Amino acid sequence: MDKIKIKINNHEYEAAKNATILEACREAAIDIPTLCYMSEINAIGSCRICMVEVKGARTLIAACVHPISEGMEIFTNTPAVHESRKANLELLLSDHKKDCLSCIRNQTCELQKMSAELGVDDENRFAGKMNEFPLEDNHSSIVRDNNKCIRCRRCVAACSELQDISAIGANNRGFDTSIGCAFDAELKDVPCISCGQCIVACPVGALFEKDDTKAVWQALADPSKHVAVCAAPSIRVTLGECFGGEPGEFVEGKLAAALKRLGFDGVYDMDFTADLTVMEEANELIERIKGGGKLPLITSCSPGWVKYCEHYFPEFIENLSSCKSPQQMFGAIYKTHFAKKLGLDPKDIFFVSVIPCTAKKFEATRPGQSAAGEGIRDVDAAITTRELARMISKAGISFNKLPDEKFDSLIETGTGAGVIFGTSGGVMEAALRTAAETIIGKPLEKIDFDEIRGLEGIKKATYKLGDLTVNVAVASGTASAKKLLNSIKNGEIDVHFVEIMACPGGCVNGGGQPFQSISVRNSVNLWYKRANSLYADDKGKELRKSHESPLIKAVYDEFLGKPGSETAHQVLHTHHAPRGKQIIKR
Amino acid sequence: MKKTKTTVAFTGTDEQRKKLEAIITEFKDAPGAIMPILQKAQDVYGYLPIEVQQIISDGTGISMSEIYGIVSFYSQFILQPKGEIAVSVCMGTACYVKGAGDILDRISAIIGVKAGETSDDGKYSLDATRCIGACGLAPVFLVNEDVHGRIEKAEDVDDILKKYMDTKV
Repeated sequence: MDKIKIKINNHEYEAAKNATILEACREAAIDIPTLCYMSEINAIGSCRICMVEVKGARTLIAACVHPISEGMEIFTNTPAVHESRKANLELLLSDHKKDCLSCIRNQTCELQKMSAELGVDDENRFAGKMNEFPLEDNHSSIVRDNNKCIRCRRCVAACSELQDISAIGANNRGFDTSIGCAFDAELKDVPCISCGQCIVACPVGALFEKDDTKAVWQALADPSKHVAVCAAPSIRVTLGECFGGEPGEFVEGKLAAALKRLGFDGVYDMDFTADLTVMEEANELIERIKGGGKLPLITSCSPGWVKYCEHYFPEFIENLSSCKSPQQMFGAIYKTHFAKKLGLDPKDIFFVSVIPCTAKKFEATRPGQSAAGEGIRDVDAAITTRELARMISKAGISFNKLPDEKFDSLIETGTGAGVIFGTSGGVMEAALRTAAETIIGKPLEKIDFDEIRGLEGIKKATYKLGDLTVNVAVASGTASAKKLLNSIKNGEIDVHFVEIMACPGGCVNGGGQPFQSISVRNSVNLWYKRANSLYADDKGKELRKSHESPLIKAVYDEFLGKPGSETAHQVLHTHHAPRGKQIIKR
Repeated sequence: MKKTKTTVAFTGTDEQRKKLEAIITEFKDAPGAIMPILQKAQDVYGYLPIEVQQIISDGTGISMSEIYGIVSFYSQFILQPKGEIAVSVCMGTACYVKGAGDILDRISAIIGVKAGETSDDGKYSLDATRCIGACGLAPVFLVNEDVHGRIEKAEDVDDILKKYMDTKV
């Protein structure tokens, strides 16, 4: 790459010719604070925090959008720069609802942190007229409080650039600018898929998940309820981040210990139903290939993806696996088979899932998710990693001091296949391990399917399973999913089995995962750290294939019969239906 | 200023729709196509209600949120149609000091529409405009394309408006 010479704060550096000032400075280990900038998807120079002085320039310059040039002399630390950054922050604060003490982002807010770091000493310096917006809280998963919004447009970039959905945008102009849907419609009335990528992109408390912890606390305090909880595969590699841990730190033991101390009557590992999903989905794949069913079979465990398909690609609904997601399967089998075994009335069970995902809140309320009978939902409350962290803090549990404990033994024997559900490519790999051995009838020599691991938006591979050739494709992030589906539709690729996750990188990067500030998100590959931690756990497990799990065997022997049986269909499968692309009404 | 939202019923015709579809076909592959498409769509319909934006979104593949963001940003685009009798009162300095404010109030009372709005039946609209460059005739107001100047007192608008209200409605 061509390099040019520049000076930063009087020191000479060589920098890539096409770099921006911000990129060149960060390469030289000189940080410049930013609010609106997201590497690769949002460089719009709107927050004016990254201002720097450049010799010869008439005004200060926004580093995130201005390219460097030969001999450029940049100053990132002058009184003018400091005063400008501080004044711009104070201007942002002048139209920001500053109820920091009760704000959901208190202590994780980037505006708050930056105000402290850049020396804001009067948050009311520019007191004046403020916008007043109603709180939008009737969406199934996402709450918007535009009174806190600083119009950085990171949520818009996540929705349009990362996900290629564009459910939200910037409306009106100047002081009246607000972020929202077309015609200021409510989010519930537009084709939003509830993925929550907007939430993890938000620097302040303008976007957050619908809080369901209250219902959980109430259930825990109710002696007539049996309150069970299961934690999704990815939670064990992200929850630690909420308590100061490194991204990807493996905290399965502490997770189980914390859930037990919160007072749940049963603390389970969702790996069990990830395995169950594999059993059903692998069976569905084999049946469809051998029986001439609709191909490619597309996974349906990501509810954001399912909603995306229903809105934007209804022609692929028949391709969706009819399997419920692991979350729903757990609630379903717990309130049927295990309720009977434990001698419980399903009506007395309050089932909670801890998930990386805001769309799972929506999924829990879908029709066709009540295996134990009309009005008895499979899952009563779906709480995100962040909500669980808040519950742990509220309960006074010192997470980092907890001993490592195990999930309850009822279903302790989750396999490595279940664990890797938490990352893009993992569901496919888990299903292939089982499908391959079912077809071949003997153990595989190699069970790592490396070709479908990694962070690329779309991954493709071909595997020979006995005499069957199976073409597979994996997409994560709906922008990649859109590309993949269009190439399938246009006949450019021929595949049998497709895995799609709504969030880029899969559940480890879900919309319900811990907040990480933009300085971390711009510099650390969160997916890589979190996913690697899951793959390491899989590697170290004795059981790495779903069909080898003793519990899976027991559940089929005692209750389900075989994969795809009538009981399995009643309890573990569901249906999907088109939703229309545009549902905005006047 | 926030855009005034559409309140009148949509009455687009098949003919208008065909014109709009031809416009979309003509421009949609050009870079920055959305601006000329929106401008020409407004020429066809007189305004850009949700129904028109929806046709443009379906035809171009550009999301509704992006289209609405553009429409609500630029003052040239309107969400509310002008009335069959569209009255604009010049609020330039010369007109203003010669009593344009009283004229605006008087007209508003007669046609029953506030500045910036259109009546629900689509018959009347009223705008307070910036200087229209006819300061020598101050105070000035327009009814559709007709200029009415040198209004001596607010009551004088009664007879002028009456002519339009009798003939055109």
